[in-house]
Amino acid sequence: MMYNFAIDPLLTGKVLWTPLLIVLLKVVVVFAVGLVATMLMVWFERKVIAGMQNRIGPNKAGPFGILQTLADGIKLFFKEDLIPERSDRFVFKLAPYLAFVPAFLTFAIIPLGGDFRGDNDGLVTWFGQQTRVQLADPPIGILFALAISSIAIYGIMLAGWSSGSKYPLLGSVRASAQMVSYEAALGLSVAAVVLVSGTLSTSGIVARQSSLGNWNVIVTGIVPFFIFMIAATAELNRPPFDLVEAEQELVGGFNTEYASLRFALFYLAEFMNTVTMSALIVTLFFGGPQPISVGSLTVDIPIIGNAFEGTIWLLLKVLVFLYIYVWFRATLPRFRYDQLMDLGWKVLIPASLGWFILLAAQRVGQDAGWDRYVVTIATVLILLVCYSLLALAQRTSENERKRDGVMF
Amino acid sequence: MSEFLRSYLVVVWFGLAAFLVGSLLLGISALLRPNNPTSEKLLSYESGVDPVGDGWSQSQIRYYVFALLFVIFDVEAVFIFPWATQLERYGGFGLVEMAVFVAVLVLGLVYAWRKGVLRWV
Amino acid sequence: MTLLGDRQQLSYIASQAADARVNLELETEGMTLNIGPQHPATHGTLRIIARLDGEQVVWVDPSCGYMHRGYEKLTEVRTYPQVTALVNRIDWLGSFANEVPFILAAEKLMGIEAPLRAQHIRTILFELSRIANVSLFLGDLGVQLGAITPVFMAFRDREYVLNLIEGATGGRFHPNFDRIGGLKDDLPAGWLDETRTVMKKLRRFCDEIEDLLFGNEIFQSRTRGIGVIPRDIALQYGMSGANLRASGVDWDLRRDQSLPMAWDKVDWKVWTHPDGDSFARCWVRLQEVRESTRIVEQLVDTIPAGPVMTKVPRIIKVPEGEAWVCTENPLGEMGYYVVSQGDLGPFRVKIRSASFNNMSITPWLLKGVYVPDIVTILASLYFILGDIDR
Repeated sequence: MMYNFAIDPLLTGKVLWTPLLIVLLKVVVVFAVGLVATMLMVWFERKVIAGMQNRIGPNKAGPFGILQTLADGIKLFFKEDLIPERSDRFVFKLAPYLAFVPAFLTFAIIPLGGDFRGDNDGLVTWFGQQTRVQLADPPIGILFALAISSIAIYGIMLAGWSSGSKYPLLGSVRASAQMVSYEAALGLSVAAVVLVSGTLSTSGIVARQSSLGNWNVIVTGIVPFFIFMIAATAELNRPPFDLVEAEQELVGGFNTEYASLRFALFYLAEFMNTVTMSALIVTLFFGGPQPISVGSLTVDIPIIGNAFEGTIWLLLKVLVFLYIYVWFRATLPRFRYDQLMDLGWKVLIPASLGWFILLAAQRVGQDAGWDRYVVTIATVLILLVCYSLLALAQRTSENERKRDGVMF
Repeated sequence: MSEFLRSYLVVVWFGLAAFLVGSLLLGISALLRPNNPTSEKLLSYESGVDPVGDGWSQSQIRYYVFALLFVIFDVEAVFIFPWATQLERYGGFGLVEMAVFVAVLVLGLVYAWRKGVLRWV
Repeated sequence: MTLLGDRQQLSYIASQAADARVNLELETEGMTLNIGPQHPATHGTLRIIARLDGEQVVWVDPSCGYMHRGYEKLTEVRTYPQVTALVNRIDWLGSFANEVPFILAAEKLMGIEAPLRAQHIRTILFELSRIANVSLFLGDLGVQLGAITPVFMAFRDREYVLNLIEGATGGRFHPNFDRIGGLKDDLPAGWLDETRTVMKKLRRFCDEIEDLLFGNEIFQSRTRGIGVIPRDIALQYGMSGANLRASGVDWDLRRDQSLPMAWDKVDWKVWTHPDGDSFARCWVRLQEVRESTRIVEQLVDTIPAGPVMTKVPRIIKVPEGEAWVCTENPLGEMGYYVVSQGDLGPFRVKIRSASFNNMSITPWLLKGVYVPDIVTILASLYFILGDIDR
């Protein structure tokens, strides 16, 4: 079994050039799409938020200022890069990569298009090869995304720590505690999706959401979606959870000491993550590249082929969430740290756990042919017991606080 | 080598590409940008005054407690995900098992809560 | 002082005790953090030296003077009419209000009074500068808490007020319009009608801010119960203005002293709030903007005809004597103690600016709060650096 030792199985044995080229093409295209999407996202955010604030926003570089991000990026190329004396030089240089690379990696598992109608299962035929419009479709795609988003925490944490300065340090400890807390809630709300889909592969999850009634947002009950949305916002460090880079408190937060292109990498990673997370929300809860269809009626975009239509649908759905993120930023003040932690540990985690068990009981009950109402009542009762336990704990801790005279 | 591992290999290539692009950008920038460090520029930022004390001061133990709690809940996810995909297979038995497991976890959370660890001072 | 409902310090001690229970042997050492002089939250060059334990503040020392311009000394080498150009720049957001007490003090020494129309216009411009000042505060409050939209709304609507001030005086920020014995000019034609429409716009702005910011749950949870100043402490530290009224002290110099101004001729209300927390301070200011628009509207309707200048000598010499005049400025009590020896310029001027005294409470107030709350509390205390450093 010689070929087990080869670097790439595609290169072993009889070299099949077409699949190899397709993979290469996909890597290049997805990478380009990722970069362009990020740049457009920066522009989109600035333009939309300007509209919400009686401003014009970028309007000089290119039509509607669409090249503004490019101009900013080029400017950063020519900026002096400073590495503070007191920093840990190696980690300081490593951290931008740790933020930048994971941001792209998550993008790899998102179905970017394809025809999911009928029995097509998202496969399209390119150059005589059946393939997915998705860079990689590992069978545990969702776990992969969660794992990669955990790695992204290191980038931010190490950036703050290695700066050898106080504001970044505060920012980085905040970042690690915050992202870690919401990671748990994020994982649990994804578990609800996995429960109803029965698969961890992203294309599998998309394939099961063929019509509007089958979208996971409805099948799982709307609660996991909201939990995921909130946790994702916290995970992205976007307002109202942007305590990591709270300008009024921590100046620049973890990236205070970064300049030039190293800063640009963090900036790119942040917006890249926003795009990816929106795409992930769409994939998990809103059918990804599936067209909107109710029953047998499908909204079809004429002329364009079904495979590319998927991409358009995905784009439209992602845009909605990007807009929502911008909207959050324009509207909401920032949480305080203890409020953020309270929301994460005392509301989101218990809620997602409870909902998960309720959903599982319903599913198992349906399979085993138990009476639906009995199952519901039983689970609700059990959950109520759990809830009262939590309430009791809260009361105890509150009483202790009162005894101590603590305000918060 | 199966299709299973092949998809990961693509991801590795992709990660490598991202890394290369990152270093390429930094490399180009290193050629273009000026480099004129002075001791003033290299001081770490502290709102315009000379930094006081060491940049690496100790941080609160509380952050660490949260990290520990997270590990518990992340391990939980490891158990929950495989079960969630194979829900039908284990049926009622699996459900009860999982309920017991989650109950133990919730008890842990209740304990931490009661102990006042979840309070952010 | 610990007897006086000193909740924050008590809370700190208590939380220390609670901490000790949780981490008996894992004591962490503190961190000294300089907030300012160049920090986004201080909107100016204020430096706050804070010693932190985790994210909690143990000890705080505000350090000001980075922008000291020596106005008290500079007044000694200026003539009386020239001084207004200086004092304009003390609280730069409400410049006209800075001129008034000084001019009043000089007039008091000379024993003259401005004509009735001039008094009315002075009051209108005074209240307009209050609106311009405080409406920007309302927007800036959002920025300090991380919501960036309100400040743009504030800039948009403050623009109308600045246009009004410019229309009447010729200067947007530094009008330099007040003269001893009256005003430089009369109002331009059509100004009064314009003022009426602008006041309506400003009231709509207040409603918008109340909806967008004050009604926001996150905003409330971040300001309510944060930075509580009890009544007695506020009085002990010599606080004034909205900060004092938010602690439940019914005190407003516009109502409580009789000056040759027009406040006693209109119907308005002094708002107080019993809580004394950050929310109360913001809320009182919001109400004051509304009250000011009402004052302006009534004055515009009842403005009398007549001259805007009394007879004063071409070269002003103020007779020997001392006078103290203070007014309720946008930031609080602002007063000038003018000592004259009969020269062209004052012999000595002591400027009492509101922010300096309001700031002096920070070492007490910030003890035991969290790092994010420093920002909230500083924003709600509302100081202007020029007003602290003079």
